[in-house]
Amino acid sequence: MSFLEYLFLFGGMGIVTYLPRWLPLFYLAHRELPKWLIDWLSMIPVAILCALLAPILFTDQTTRSLELGKPELLVAIPTLLFAVKTKSLGGTVFVGMGLYWLSGFLPVQ
Amino acid sequence: MAMPLWQPIKPGYTPVNQAEEQRKTMHKQNREQRTMQPDDKSWLKDGAMASWPICFGYIPIGLALGVLANQAEIPVWAVAMMSIMVFAGSAQFICVAMLTAGASVWSIILTSFVVNLRHFLMSSAIAVHLTGLRRIFLSFFAYGITDESFAVNMTHFRKGNWDHKRAIIVNQLANITWIIATVSGALIGQFIPRGAFGTDYALTAMFLALLLFQLHDVVYVLTGLTALGLATAWYLLIPGNSYIVGSSVIAASIGYFFKQYRDKHR
Repeated sequence: MSFLEYLFLFGGMGIVTYLPRWLPLFYLAHRELPKWLIDWLSMIPVAILCALLAPILFTDQTTRSLELGKPELLVAIPTLLFAVKTKSLGGTVFVGMGLYWLSGFLPVQ
Repeated sequence: MAMPLWQPIKPGYTPVNQAEEQRKTMHKQNREQRTMQPDDKSWLKDGAMASWPICFGYIPIGLALGVLANQAEIPVWAVAMMSIMVFAGSAQFICVAMLTAGASVWSIILTSFVVNLRHFLMSSAIAVHLTGLRRIFLSFFAYGITDESFAVNMTHFRKGNWDHKRAIIVNQLANITWIIATVSGALIGQFIPRGAFGTDYALTAMFLALLLFQLHDVVYVLTGLTALGLATAWYLLIPGNSYIVGSSVIAASIGYFFKQYRDKHR
């Protein structure tokens, strides 16, 4: 592909990526939002984090099938416990990584 | 506020309006506070401290993307161009895969649009914390809204010790790391072993911790459990990425109605 073809492709992708990020912020940040909308939006972070995590934890993403008990899920349990105990984001990231790395050495996968 | 007795009661002056007015003055105060805040020097450091888990997690993923792009014979300058112009990990992975499979440019652009629609929700939710800022700042800020920067910034905004400057530092440090990681992957990626020391799990662990920090009320626990169940089922049953936006909207609405119901019957 030539420079111009890449420019067209990435330009197009860039515009359709930017617009959904820009429109709500640009308009809503200068409006007085009704209370119900603020309340509803306050549910979005939790909902979206769970939606992003669900396939990683509960499914085999190559075959797109249910898989309970994969290392990602098993490691998540002690990782969450560590987060509850310490309330540390950085520590949790390291503990999660370490446990996931160790889980690769387990005989049963 | 006490109203003089002689004043005729305005039609439509209900407690709802009162709450509305209270909120408006709060809104105004927030804005004034922000402009009056002394320009403390710690914003750069705070932003950097908050963004390191993202940057750390972006390195292995960015390297992997660079390697794939290299295998798909996408030149290094094009990888850099893509990371600067698009800055959306999942869409970039899909783009490389589709280019390898010989898909058309239009179908790649359309797919990017669908995959990134979820940021519409995130942008709306973070707007609540960025009220009254200059439009030029908001336009620049929007470029850096990703799953990761959104989750980190929302957690900090909720804690209360956060502002727009710290937030945009998080966005932009993540952006710079992403660009460097993807380009490095295209250049030297094939010499770096994949997934060493569990780096593949860095972002998952970060999401888990950030999720946990948000669960300070049973309403959020219910919303989260609903989203987990819905997203799993949706992901298994319906091809594509609609599960992210679909299950988030439904779970947030269920959580919202549960909260309404509870607040009314308390």
